[in-house]
Amino acid sequence: MHRKTIAELAAGLERKEFSSVELTQAHLARIERLDPALNSFITVTPEIALAQAGAADERIAKGEAGPLTGIPIAQKDIFCTKSVRTSCGSRMLDNFIAPYDACVVERFNAAGAVMLGKLNMDEFAMGSSNETSYYGPVKNPWNTGTVPGGSSGGSAAAVAARLTPGATGTDTGGSIRQPAAFCGITGIKPTYGRISRWGMIAFASSLDQAGPMARTAEDCAIMLQAMAGFDERDSTCVDRPVPDYRAALGNSLEGLRIGLPAEFFGAGLDPAIAGLIQDAVDEYRKLGATVKEVSLPNMHLSAPAYYVVAPAECSSNLARFDGVRFGHRCESPSDLADLYTRSRGEGFGAEVKRRILIGTYALSAGYYDAYYLKAQKIRRLISEDFRRAFEEVDVIMGPTAPSVAFEFGAKSADPIAMYLSDIYTIAVNLAGLPGMSIPVGFANGLPVGMQIIGGYFSEDRLLNVAHRYQQATDWHARAPAGIAD
Amino acid sequence: MSLSAAEVNKIAWLARLAIDDDKVEAYARDLSQILGFVEQLGSVDTSRVAPMAHPLDEAQRLRPDTVTETDQRALFQTHAPLVEAGLYLVPKVIE
Repeated sequence: MHRKTIAELAAGLERKEFSSVELTQAHLARIERLDPALNSFITVTPEIALAQAGAADERIAKGEAGPLTGIPIAQKDIFCTKSVRTSCGSRMLDNFIAPYDACVVERFNAAGAVMLGKLNMDEFAMGSSNETSYYGPVKNPWNTGTVPGGSSGGSAAAVAARLTPGATGTDTGGSIRQPAAFCGITGIKPTYGRISRWGMIAFASSLDQAGPMARTAEDCAIMLQAMAGFDERDSTCVDRPVPDYRAALGNSLEGLRIGLPAEFFGAGLDPAIAGLIQDAVDEYRKLGATVKEVSLPNMHLSAPAYYVVAPAECSSNLARFDGVRFGHRCESPSDLADLYTRSRGEGFGAEVKRRILIGTYALSAGYYDAYYLKAQKIRRLISEDFRRAFEEVDVIMGPTAPSVAFEFGAKSADPIAMYLSDIYTIAVNLAGLPGMSIPVGFANGLPVGMQIIGGYFSEDRLLNVAHRYQQATDWHARAPAGIAD
Repeated sequence: MSLSAAEVNKIAWLARLAIDDDKVEAYARDLSQILGFVEQLGSVDTSRVAPMAHPLDEAQRLRPDTVTETDQRALFQTHAPLVEAGLYLVPKVIE
């Protein structure tokens, strides 16, 4: 059963080939057997999963099932879950049980999905390798000596290892797309505002966006359908109708205009990856697409702008963790200042501290204009680059990451080297555009992802473009040897 | 841009963040490196560019000024480290 996609599992449930309880038990057994070597889950929730599966089977029996009813999924541990610990990968929240469900969790519950557990991640989603998690790094199922990417590394590894057919992720600078690429799965970061951030622990509020991670574009479409849509509790959630994502999947790509930005293929890109992207683009030519070069001249400024905007917003958002109302509190504080500083000093790991310090500096008196305001202006230049490009093309394609998954420790001593692993994904967040990553081959035995970027609210088009490729190729169906058999 | 250990300590205090004494130099080095990396933003003329606060340039929504939240203090205090009589406890502030 673990080899099937969400769409296939839903068909099997409908035909009564197996029950949701059986399906859930099969996945829980795989988690128990395989996850000790991967560490993709922080918390497994078998009791909740089996209760939800039982309820889903009743719903299916009554003929009231939707496309996710009875389907096991797992939540990134950044989404608040009532009655289950939400750690955000941090010691700070090691003891935190949220008093409510995140909007995304509510919507999966309403759809009748089954929650297998909460997935490992970089601490507060700050990292590109999952090495910053308080709960230890996640291993890449394709080669357990390499990282799964981050910050949604647990989500990507669990989907790749067939521990769950689908998982949620969040993407602030590439945290869905880069791990999807490293683990050989499909993931989409929707347009900013498409999915409610309510109950999703904030990192950088003007960039954070949730999205689905699964093995196929079709499965991402099914999950996104449940996740997307207006929620008045998130003041930046956009009130705009949600199209039928599945209905658009099969549309012809005849006449599709693909743009390849020269800036995505410069120095620093692994030549093997560049070759595989060209192969994938050739496949699109066969499907009827035309290809032209486009230019994103301010692309090189996206990482520097991001490392002002994201830490600034992080330092502000993480000010709420004060050791008073929830989260970690130090032992025997001598006074209020000691309570604040020591609770935060003990609760946060090194990378989170670095970002809080950078953000605090950038926002401090006398520096605001030079850093934050400047970065917000650069952000508009980057956004304008995309706007001009989308006057000429329908989608932009390029690598998701400059390399395949790297070894543990390879970049952890050098923050800038780590930040540059998101060099192709960050600009998309700064502009608020949708972007996805799909598997397009292997280099050195490790998966390579191609990024597809579209205009605002073009998720239906991106999923269609990804789906047609997946109908013509089988890279997305490859599974890591041993683990996924 | 290079930050000294004293500057790191000052920023850490602004952020109410305890940093181990033996790690201050390492933070100073890392932060200086990151600030050096973002310095290239300064080379671009943005005098005629409006800052972009929201990706879609959307205005904040307004809603009628009606009560939408109920009192859940007891529930919220169940995960507080230290409470008494409905109050959050902290070390004595006023002598």
